[in-house]
Amino acid sequence: MSSINIDGTDVPFEPGQTIMDAALAAGVYIPHLCHKPGISPHGSCKLCTVDVNGRAVSACTMAAAEGQKIENNTPALNEVRKSITQMLFIEGNHLCPSCEKTGDCTLQAVGYHLGMLDGHYPQFYPRREVDASHPSLVLDRDRCIMCELCVRASREVDGKDVFAIGGRGTGRHLIVNSATGKLADSDITTDDLAAHICPVGAILIKDHGYEVPIGRRTFDLHSVAETDLGEVKLTKTRHHDE
Amino acid sequence: MSKVRVATTSLAGCFGCHMSFLDMDERIVGLLEHVEFSRSPINDIKHCEPCDIGLVEGALCNADNVHVLREFRENCKILIAVGACAINGGVPAMRNHFSLQECLEEAFLDEIGVDNPHIPNDVEIPLLLSKVHPLHEVVKVDYYLPGCPPPADAFVKILTDLLEGREPALPKNMLHYD
Ligand code: SF4
Ligand code: SF4
Ligand code: FES
Repeated sequence: MSSINIDGTDVPFEPGQTIMDAALAAGVYIPHLCHKPGISPHGSCKLCTVDVNGRAVSACTMAAAEGQKIENNTPALNEVRKSITQMLFIEGNHLCPSCEKTGDCTLQAVGYHLGMLDGHYPQFYPRREVDASHPSLVLDRDRCIMCELCVRASREVDGKDVFAIGGRGTGRHLIVNSATGKLADSDITTDDLAAHICPVGAILIKDHGYEVPIGRRTFDLHSVAETDLGEVKLTKTRHHDE
Repeated sequence: MSKVRVATTSLAGCFGCHMSFLDMDERIVGLLEHVEFSRSPINDIKHCEPCDIGLVEGALCNADNVHVLREFRENCKILIAVGACAINGGVPAMRNHFSLQECLEEAFLDEIGVDNPHIPNDVEIPLLLSKVHPLHEVVKVDYYLPGCPPPADAFVKILTDLLEGREPALPKNMLHYD
């Protein structure tokens, strides 16, 4: 079997796999936010930046190829990733103490993983519209990191095309493909993958906040670096304390 | 050996970070062998004297907050932004979604049960800033202690590190933003 080398360890890959696919299958953590196995790669968050034979590439979009020598878990790359995470925090309104996703949020967990203490850059404090029109879903654009996981899940898995990104530059924001632009007038239902795939607190299921006790939330129990996290359902289910 | 001087204050804070500081419980007795407090809500000192460490909770929401923060920066060798509000504005920064005028009108004119509706305008009252801001947008911050509030153990850890001349560091389990 062919293999690539990540931080000195040989990692096998099958033809057609990206560096990210191969790493995930082998249990090697490459930080990522906009990637989920089974959905086409996007390459927008840039957290998965690795050095392949001395050149910076996105692990989620770069095909694995025999003989690649990859640097991943290095202090320099993790410092760059921390800066990227800080940019994502200050571009939105990430007020975790009042967010229903806190403890279950991948962006926050990446912040912890990278030892992020502060946002470093001046806050944007954007004013983006909250869409609470849907009976069972709410969209808080303040927390959207524009990873397009919902866009891709809706298009590729649900076959619905409910979401898109509109606008340009810092004015980019998530839009809903319905006549009114409101979630209530789209076809989305809570059975859709798009309703559950958001890695942050931007798309939430109504009436299911704060159900899991602190200490038992996803990232209280797991580190984001556990690559099996793709298997952990991030939707809230009631935990019954013994 | 002379004691290390520590000042603390709450700007647009909820005093929760101070309560979490006091959650170190009896460990504060040991701390007081090495530390004496300058201006702090737990004593009567009115102004920050020259200090080694300043702990500041809360964001900046009015002119007095900015004034006090500058006084702390001028007097403290090490300034620590404590808690979510000091670090990114925190929950009070949710008002940045609205104009200041909208907030004042809602609170003092339109809110149910307001009698004698008027927006307070006495010169004694510090003017609100148009937006809530984190500390580092106005002064240089030396260290950040995240959490809403940070755990008591994190206060103990960061102060012990500084008292013993180490670069302060938090174990991962004390790092949280909520
Ligand atoms: S989405 Fe995540 S990072 Fe943003 S406020 Fe919520 S918990 Fe914090
Ligand atoms: S709503 Fe969530 S899944 Fe969709 S683009 Fe924003 S952050 Fe990504
Ligand atoms: S995971 Fe590769 S760019 Fe986001």
